[in-house]
Amino acid sequence: MTSLPTGASRKRLGLVIDLDICVGCHACAVNCKEWNTGGVAAPLTDLAPYGADPDGVWFNRVHTYEVGEGVTGRTVHFPRSCLHCAQPACVTVCPTGASFKRAEDGIVLVNEDLCIGCKLCSWACPYGAREFDEDAGVMKKCTLCIDRIYNETFDPEDRVPACVATCPASARHFGDLGDPDSAVSRLVAEREGFDLMAEMGYAPTNKYLPPRPRRQDAGCTGASARLAPAAPAAPGGLLGWLDRLLSQ
Amino acid sequence: MPNDGEATGDRQAAGLNLNASSADRITCTTCYMCACRCGIKVHLKDGRIRYIEGNRDHPVNKGVLCAKGSAGIMNHYSPARLRKPLRRVGPRGSGEYEEIEWDEAMATATDWLGAIRRSDPRKLAFFTGRDQSQALTGWWASQFGTPNHAAHGGFCSVNMAAAGLYSIGGSFWEFGEPDWANTRYFLMFGVAEDHDSNPIKIGLGKLKSRGAAKFVSVNPIRTGYSAIADEWIGIRPGTDGLFILALIQELLLAGRIDEEYLCRYTNAPWLVIQDEGAADHGLFARDAAGQPLVFDVATQAITGAHQVDAKPQLAGKVTLADGRAAVPAFHLVATRCLEPQYAADAVAAETGIGADVIRRIAAELAHAAFEQTVVIDQPWTDWAGRHHDRMVGRPVAMHAMRGISAHSNGFHTCRAIHVLQMLLGAVDSPGSFRYKPPFPRPTPPGVKPTGRAADVQPGKPMPGPPLGFPTSPADLLVEADGTPRRLDKAFSWEAPLAAHGMMHQVIRNAWAGDPHKIDTLFMFMANMSWNSSMNTAGTMAMLTDKDPATGDYRIPHIIYSDAYASEMVAYADLILPDTTYLERWDCISLFDRPICDADGVADSIRQPVVAPDRDVRPFQDVLIDLGARLGLPGLVKEDGSPRYPGFYPDYLVHHERKPGVGMLAGWRGAAGDKQGVGAVNEGQLDAYVANQCFWRQEIPAEARYFKHANRAYLDWAVGMGLIDKPDPIVLQLYSEILQKFRLAAEGHGEVQPPDEHRNRVKTYFDPLPLWYMPFEEAEVARDAFPLHAITQRPMAMYHSWGSQNAWLRQIHGDNRLHIHRATAAGLGIADDDWVAVTSHHGRIKAQAKLMDGVNPNTVWTWNAIGKRSGAWNLAPKAAESQQGFLLNHVISELLPERGDGHRYGNSDPVTGQAAWYDLRVRIEKVAAGEGVSEPQFATLPVPPHLPERPDVLRYGASFRAASQGDAK
Repeated sequence: MTSLPTGASRKRLGLVIDLDICVGCHACAVNCKEWNTGGVAAPLTDLAPYGADPDGVWFNRVHTYEVGEGVTGRTVHFPRSCLHCAQPACVTVCPTGASFKRAEDGIVLVNEDLCIGCKLCSWACPYGAREFDEDAGVMKKCTLCIDRIYNETFDPEDRVPACVATCPASARHFGDLGDPDSAVSRLVAEREGFDLMAEMGYAPTNKYLPPRPRRQDAGCTGASARLAPAAPAAPGGLLGWLDRLLSQ
Repeated sequence: MPNDGEATGDRQAAGLNLNASSADRITCTTCYMCACRCGIKVHLKDGRIRYIEGNRDHPVNKGVLCAKGSAGIMNHYSPARLRKPLRRVGPRGSGEYEEIEWDEAMATATDWLGAIRRSDPRKLAFFTGRDQSQALTGWWASQFGTPNHAAHGGFCSVNMAAAGLYSIGGSFWEFGEPDWANTRYFLMFGVAEDHDSNPIKIGLGKLKSRGAAKFVSVNPIRTGYSAIADEWIGIRPGTDGLFILALIQELLLAGRIDEEYLCRYTNAPWLVIQDEGAADHGLFARDAAGQPLVFDVATQAITGAHQVDAKPQLAGKVTLADGRAAVPAFHLVATRCLEPQYAADAVAAETGIGADVIRRIAAELAHAAFEQTVVIDQPWTDWAGRHHDRMVGRPVAMHAMRGISAHSNGFHTCRAIHVLQMLLGAVDSPGSFRYKPPFPRPTPPGVKPTGRAADVQPGKPMPGPPLGFPTSPADLLVEADGTPRRLDKAFSWEAPLAAHGMMHQVIRNAWAGDPHKIDTLFMFMANMSWNSSMNTAGTMAMLTDKDPATGDYRIPHIIYSDAYASEMVAYADLILPDTTYLERWDCISLFDRPICDADGVADSIRQPVVAPDRDVRPFQDVLIDLGARLGLPGLVKEDGSPRYPGFYPDYLVHHERKPGVGMLAGWRGAAGDKQGVGAVNEGQLDAYVANQCFWRQEIPAEARYFKHANRAYLDWAVGMGLIDKPDPIVLQLYSEILQKFRLAAEGHGEVQPPDEHRNRVKTYFDPLPLWYMPFEEAEVARDAFPLHAITQRPMAMYHSWGSQNAWLRQIHGDNRLHIHRATAAGLGIADDDWVAVTSHHGRIKAQAKLMDGVNPNTVWTWNAIGKRSGAWNLAPKAAESQQGFLLNHVISELLPERGDGHRYGNSDPVTGQAAWYDLRVRIEKVAAGEGVSEPQFATLPVPPHLPERPDVLRYGASFRAASQGDAK
């Protein structure tokens, strides 16, 4: 079993994902794939890529659910990746130390040299965020684009995870959730961001922002429920209000 | 367990190089994974593509990149890429080919086309698909001398383009945009998520995060954008026009319209002659100089419409100088919209939208427009010289796309949306829909189609372009007896305003020799034997059908250019393999589909990022080469030598449409210091490359709104070469042009429709907004085919191109028929059941998926996921062919036969737009059988020498190995 870092920094890097504006376009998932398939965890292997049943490694997947029915029903797009938990069972369950949580920023990584492919971590992860590379025989996962966010060959503004950089709707944010004054922490506070399956106690770093209340009911924009009819038409007239206009 | 102690966490993974450089070189170019034309930066490492990212500086995508663009690596390295020119050696459709050299391929094409050009240039039908070089291809067709040219707009967008251009001089699609920053109410109709998709996603994200606007999505299906709307209106397909006209009626009854806007910027006050039976009935009353007339309330007299001091009357009968009656156009429009069939209560059942919802939305529109007025402190001057201290706007924005356009009532439905916009004063005012340059243009633009008998001569170019905008029956391309001139019957009485052509009719008509036979069908990037045709199986049969008398194919020659082994490849006699988008020069020109935004004019290029590793050539180069070999006037010099020996990049720089105006607007002039208009600049492409492959010029601040009537904008647009004259563009609430066609149908004028078309023209060339039931629904029994069946565009897949992409096909590898839970329950259909889908035309078998967020009368599936077995170098048993399916098989390209034996195209009667979404079906549960979709076709062989499909793809492993090496 693998221990968590002691005396860790308060820094907790992670993602904030806005479910109010995620349109489910999969940009984050594919850009993640193209960056990471050449990155520190490369490759994100694809089995039978042109075959009957292609099956590849993805660090980020987007799921679509319907919630509710009728006028209260909604379609929710839900991007899912490693949440870099404060209490990551995937780390503590690891028999070799391959799965580990970094002290300095809280990122959960896999050291492939130590990974024996036992898959205990994927069983332990309640979020299904681990991805086994059958071809390499090792577990892989979201690195929070650790080879981008600290990469000194990048312009500072590009030092964000690929999924954040590419998201067309700006539904993904990256920052230090251990710092209550960071932009992401303030966003979480303002929008009442939540922990995924908080009751399970893994204390995920990533947060989700809930859909905003919808402007759907009468009065939602300040408008009345219906327009008041203007003056009725005079005999032979087209519309009362037009007749009035004519007489001005 | 090999490890009995507690392992130590918090360690660095071996070889973890956090500073690995992602590129030896980063090259900017333009994406082509769909139609959005985003700017990309391609990271190259060791000669391979390491990464593609959005270009932060680019005006279209501002740094973001969608799933398709992010998967470009897999399209570029696809094993379906064609490798070398191919000559058919088996029967057509068998997919049996041999490789040939380019010299032979070009000689063959030159022989075929040269013979046609010398005898009858019409016998070349040159049609391109999702082409982004229409400024070249249309011009090339003119130089060749054939009118039989168009791109795919006729089966995609022409209802929107024509309704917009004939009404407001601009249109939706990617040619205008909501004022994302200022709008308070955004109404989106039937939007497919594959055009302008990154700009729309960026805009929606901003709009919702701003928190001040309501977003309403009108779409039978709650996916994509609709999922994040404040309100989803799950309308019944084809009834949007009823909903819009009911909104208009509510606004009219309440007097909540922008009279000042209507009087200033539209033809609402223009007097319309009321003289039933006269040749000018329904036309505008004009003075001797041709100026339309209005009735001035202040002077109680008739005066010219351009008299800026007049206070024009909007309703009421007026007596003209000749004693005849006239009424303002608005009077007629209002009268039409107030008809009882457009009352909220009357449309509720047909649309599936409650009358209370319609009334509430009308109230919300009025509230946003008139109580939440947006004011921008920016003085401006209108066309008449009137100074305005501020820009006052109606912050109601609308956007509409395929859900409106792909119906046989789409032209009028789109026009109804524009009428609603005009009534609210919500065209290019702050907070509303905004034009992107080069729009607004005149209503319509002044280009007329060419192709009448005198225009088509052996060995000669046509005097003008094949496509354009007719403004009267005299502009139609018809024979003296009224029959069509063009192969696709565009600009005939069957589709008079077919401004984009009618590609969906080409193969049938070529096969039938109706209206004339052809010799060669030449196509580019158009998957016509599969997802780009209606009646797909029938189309395959037509492509392979032989005349029993001669034993020859009815369509004698087929030349096709594509980069990939698409389904269409198997049906060509000669294949000219194209490059990928990362291996070519290209141009996103203001002549074609530019990348402008509402605040700026822009164009861009593609540059080769990597050299082809196959014997392939960019199609545009091939076309220029072919033109020179054929001696086409614009493509050879006086001495007969090629005018553009450097092919497409040479053409991009040196070709001029008129002096100083060429394919690219940036860095013109010998010194590169001119924009829009200027002499040829030898260094132009270098200048683009140095500026990340795009050019953008901001519109001056005082010119950014009310562009149709803004002096500063109109002058700026003339200076930039976007419009010819700085005249105001008057918005057409009433369409006099449509009335001219109606008058012809009523027996007036020299060019009249043949008798069999008179009623149709008279009915649908209505100058006023109207709704009618889509033709298929009206003509087939509603009981027998009780459901609508439509497609929706997946955001992560662009038409057929995506399925060869190892990554994207993992997201959309097969497709299901989505059915509302209640509807399915009524039919005894459960999730994963197999169902038969039957239309008046045919039957398919597909697997069901139940859902809640869909109109109960509608079933749907994702577009173009289904593939033919063997195509695209996918395994014969790929899910795309075994579980995936196309709705195309049950869509007919023709409407059911009428009493007189004539079958009209399955198209809009005004524009000829393909009515894909008119489809009506019934569904029933069937046995799963083998669990394979139907119909199935013979597996296509893989073209010669394409690479083996890998069993395992480890793309990127080499980059890691190299960076670990660096780290060590």
